[in-house]
Order: sequence, then C-alpha cells, then structure tokens
Amino acid sequence: MSATTTAVPGRSGGGRGGPGPDGAGASSRIGWALADSWTMTRRELAHWARQPVQVLVGLVFPVMLLLMFTYLVGGGRGVDGDPTEFLVPGMLALTMAFGLESTMLAVTQDLGKGVIDRFRSMPMVPGAVLVGRSTADMLQSTAALAVMAGVGYAVGWRWHNGAAAALGAMGLLLLLRFAMLWVGILLAMVAGRPEMVSAVQILVWPVGFLSNVFATPGSMPGWLGASVEWNPMSATATAVRELFGNPGGATGSWAAEHAQLLAVLWPVAIIAVFFPLAVGKFARLSR
Amino acid sequence: MTEAIVMDGVHKRYGEKRALDGLDLAVCGGTVHGVLGPNGAGKTTAVRIMSTLLRHDAGRVTVAGLDVRERAGEVRRRIGLLGQHAAVDEQLGGRQNLEMFGRLYHLGARRAGSRADELLERFGLADTGRKAVKQYSGGMRRRLDLAASLITDPDVLFLDEPTTGLDPRGRTEVWDAVRSLVGGGTTVLLTTQYLDEADQLADRISLIDGGRAVAEGAPDELKALVGGDRIDIVLRDASRLAEAAALLGGPDLVVDADRRRIGAPAPDRMAALARTVRALEDAGIEAEDIAVRRPTLDEVFLSLTGQPAGERTEQKADTAEVAA
Repeated sequence: MSATTTAVPGRSGGGRGGPGPDGAGASSRIGWALADSWTMTRRELAHWARQPVQVLVGLVFPVMLLLMFTYLVGGGRGVDGDPTEFLVPGMLALTMAFGLESTMLAVTQDLGKGVIDRFRSMPMVPGAVLVGRSTADMLQSTAALAVMAGVGYAVGWRWHNGAAAALGAMGLLLLLRFAMLWVGILLAMVAGRPEMVSAVQILVWPVGFLSNVFATPGSMPGWLGASVEWNPMSATATAVRELFGNPGGATGSWAAEHAQLLAVLWPVAIIAVFFPLAVGKFARLSR
Repeated sequence: MTEAIVMDGVHKRYGEKRALDGLDLAVCGGTVHGVLGPNGAGKTTAVRIMSTLLRHDAGRVTVAGLDVRERAGEVRRRIGLLGQHAAVDEQLGGRQNLEMFGRLYHLGARRAGSRADELLERFGLADTGRKAVKQYSGGMRRRLDLAASLITDPDVLFLDEPTTGLDPRGRTEVWDAVRSLVGGGTTVLLTTQYLDEADQLADRISLIDGGRAVAEGAPDELKALVGGDRIDIVLRDASRLAEAAALLGGPDLVVDADRRRIGAPAPDRMAALARTVRALEDAGIEAEDIAVRRPTLDEVFLSLTGQPAGERTEQKADTAEVAA
C-alpha cells in the first residue's frame, strides 16, 4: 500500500491501492474478502441511517400482520390450545419467508444503478456485494424477530421450554430467512425488473397461506393438509412451535413428526441450490 | 511511445446482433483518444470490454499492457471508469461514496478518508457535507463520478459519453475537469456522439460505425476528410429544390426533400453565403433559412461510409446545434 501522504493533488497523491484479490496469498485474500464484505455491509447500514422511516416501516409491517391475524382475522383454526400461542410462531416463520421479497426488491433496485458497474470494474472481491446485502438483511430480520417476539409477549405469547430451546427456535427462523435471501438474490438477477418484483410480492401470499401458519393442516381437506405439511415454511413453523412449547395442532404425519429435521434440511437444501447459482450469476452479470 | 490500449480484431455479439465486428484500436500512453460514433456504433460495448465488465467473443484486448481476459484483476487496479450513468451510490453523500470506493481499492481506512477529502477539494465538492448525491445537480454528480474514477490515479481512464444528458454548464464543468487531467500522464479514452467534444478534448479520434473503425486521425485530419464548412439552405417551396440544387451545382451536394433542405460545401464561408443568397434572389427562389456551419458528425459519416443511417437523423440535429 502506498505510504505517500502528500497533500498535493494529482498523481503523487494517489496510490496504486493495496493488493487485490488476485495475485495475493490465500490468507490475505480471505482478509480482503472480509474487508470488502464489511465495507459493503457498512454501505447498507449507511443507507439505513439515511432512511430511518423506511427501516421503521419494515419493522412495523410484520407486527401489523401479527396483530391483524390475532385480533381481526382470528387465525388458529383447528388448534388445540391458545390460538395466539399457535399464531405467533407461525407469523415469525411467515415474516422470515416473506423476507424474500425485500431482498429481491433491494437487489433489483441496486442492479438497476450504475454503481454496480463501478463495483465490478474495481479490484474488490466480487462476492462482497452479495455478502453485504445478506449481512444487512440478516441484521434487519434479527431486529424484526426481536420486535415481533416483544409484541407477541405483549399479546400473551410465551415460550415454555427455556431460553436454550427458544434460541434454537430463533436460529431455525433465521436459517429459513437465510435460505430465502439467496432465492431472492437469484430471482432478482434472473428476472430483476420492478414488475417481476410485484408479481413475486403477490405470489408469496398464496404460498404463505398454503402453510400451517394460520390454520392446522388437520382442519384442511386431506390432500391440501398433506401438501401443506411439506411446505418448508410449515416445517419451520411446526419446529419452532415445538421448541417454544406452543400448541402445534399435531397430525401425526411423518412431516409433522420430523419437523425439526425438515426445518434444517429444507433451508440447507435451498441454500445448497441457490447460493452457488446466485454467486455464479452475479459473476456473469451482463456478459 | 508505448500503447496504453490495444484492441485487435475484437468481436462481440448479442444473439444475432453484432455489437463489435472486428474493431481495431490503438491508443498511445498519456494521450486523450476520442472514440466518435452514432448510437449503436459499439462505443459502450468497447468500453465495457476494455474495463473488464464484458467479455469479448474473439480478438485481443490489452489495457496498460495486460490482457483484459486473463489479468482482469490487475487491469482493474490500473483503470478508472466513468460510465454513461452516474456510477455512485445516490443515497449516500459525496464523501461517503469516495471513502467507500477507496476502501474497496484497498487503500485502508485512513488513506481512503484522506484521499476522499483531496478529491472533493480538487473537484469543487468540498462543501457538499452530508447532502445525498441524489440532491446534486447533473454536473456535480458527474464530477463526483469522475473523482471516484480517479481514486487510485489510474493509468488509463475510460470516459463513456461523459457529457450526455448534461446542460451546457455541466458540460463545461466536465470538460474543464478532463482537461485538468491531461498532462498528468493518464491515458484517457473518451467516447462521444459530439464532434465538437472530441475536437475540444482529444489528441486523436477514431470514428466507429457498425462495430468497426472507419477512420482514425487527429481532429484536423478528419475535418479535412469532410471538406470543411458547409452552407445549409431551407427553401419555402419544396418544388423548387431541384432548380436550386442545379443553381448551386458542385459535387458533394446533399438534398433532403423532406426538410426542403440543401447542404453544400462552403470553404470560403461568408463569400459562399453572399454568393448563394444572390443566386437564389436572382432566380426568385425564396429561402426560409440560410446558415453557414461546421461539418456535422453525420457528414463525416456520410463522406466516409457513403450513406447516412436512418437512425442518425435525430442526432444530426443535435450535433449541428452544438457544432454551430
């Protein structure tokens, strides 16, 4: 790195820049990958600092849904126990899954801007743009989880199996969010037009309802209930209900009995497919 | 002198469309080279290939002596790019942008900050404070963009239509900034649709059309190719176009029936104007408008390729206005 600190503007004031991702040793390559990823994460945090209202809306919207389904719509059909205890974990899973659209929207907006071209013409680690996006989204979702859990507590939801199990449940929820993140990034790059984002925003709703978030599969027609149980979001919802000790409306099916396993397998499988696709697609953008 | 940029028979196609069709280009180190051509000529494609954003299908491209395909990472450390769209984060402030780019060039946090301050000062943006870039004027945004392209004092700077969409004041600002770079040893490759922009800034100009170079030379050499100043006459009555054309005579006459317009060479400018006015008056042909002007980009192409492309009509008006 250049140690020149002359104040004279012009060539002498520049500096070639430090070593780039290529031509450097493996350990410093990892070091730069981390540094670039942190710089890109800071960029997202700086966006938040400039748009606090938007950040607030992002946190309030899922809370609004939670309150709406608890008090207005009266979800929890077919559940054996307190409907609120059933609904809150479901809504947490739904919020994580719906993170797909906010990721997709953010990536679509970013790709439409010239700044991505500058990033790509710089000697930075290419994946850092995506890592910055995912770190920011995970931080946002963690905050959203905390806020919703707080509101859930206020409306009467509790966890009954201790803090460790509750943390495990939160981990499963964030794992689902992480999987949806890469789906969102890939979708944004493959079909990244604003009208496609609106289409996805509409489509997530039926997928959201075809789950056990609002009603137990047992209260649905047989074929529907069976397919609903295989929805990755249902697996996460059932698993976190178990871990929180909330009523789940057990059906005794294989999918319901192994919900915790599925709540890990589903997201891991989704990540295994979408993560390499998204990274590869980003490297080849507009080539 | 060594060549800072070489493109050798470069091809690039998008599906059926040939964006570059064997483009050759050689740019001497430390000079400003203009790449002039109409929309769709392949200018932006060429810049994106040279700046490692796009892969070419065939041919050889080196920048600062490095092959862009094989040593993209090293090329990226030696270039700066000013694209057609402002490549800065519009939600952030000017200093935030430059500091972020400095970090991504691996200058380290301290150096990135001090370099950002230097560049803001140099481009007259030091007093912008926390204001987000989206609140900047077009000229300010371009200057910040240019500053971002210069963070590492690149060996080669690409400017892709740097003044498109700017008002005359913004254009002057950018021109001044580009001129201030010249002499610092940086090689500048500038694409433009405007003949006068290339004329103002470039040491040499390549004319490209249909993805290949059709001419290359110093601005004066190219202007000589076109044959100097022209006179434009717009008639009131289209039916007398042929008569007027016969009256003016000479080779290299352009008759545009739709616009009731005749263009003719006018090497002696004012004398040609007086002669034409007299000739039309004597014949009793009424003219709506007569003007002497510089050759336009379209005429350069007309004289080099022998045919104006329909797509260029729009830009012709544009260019004529700027050149006038």
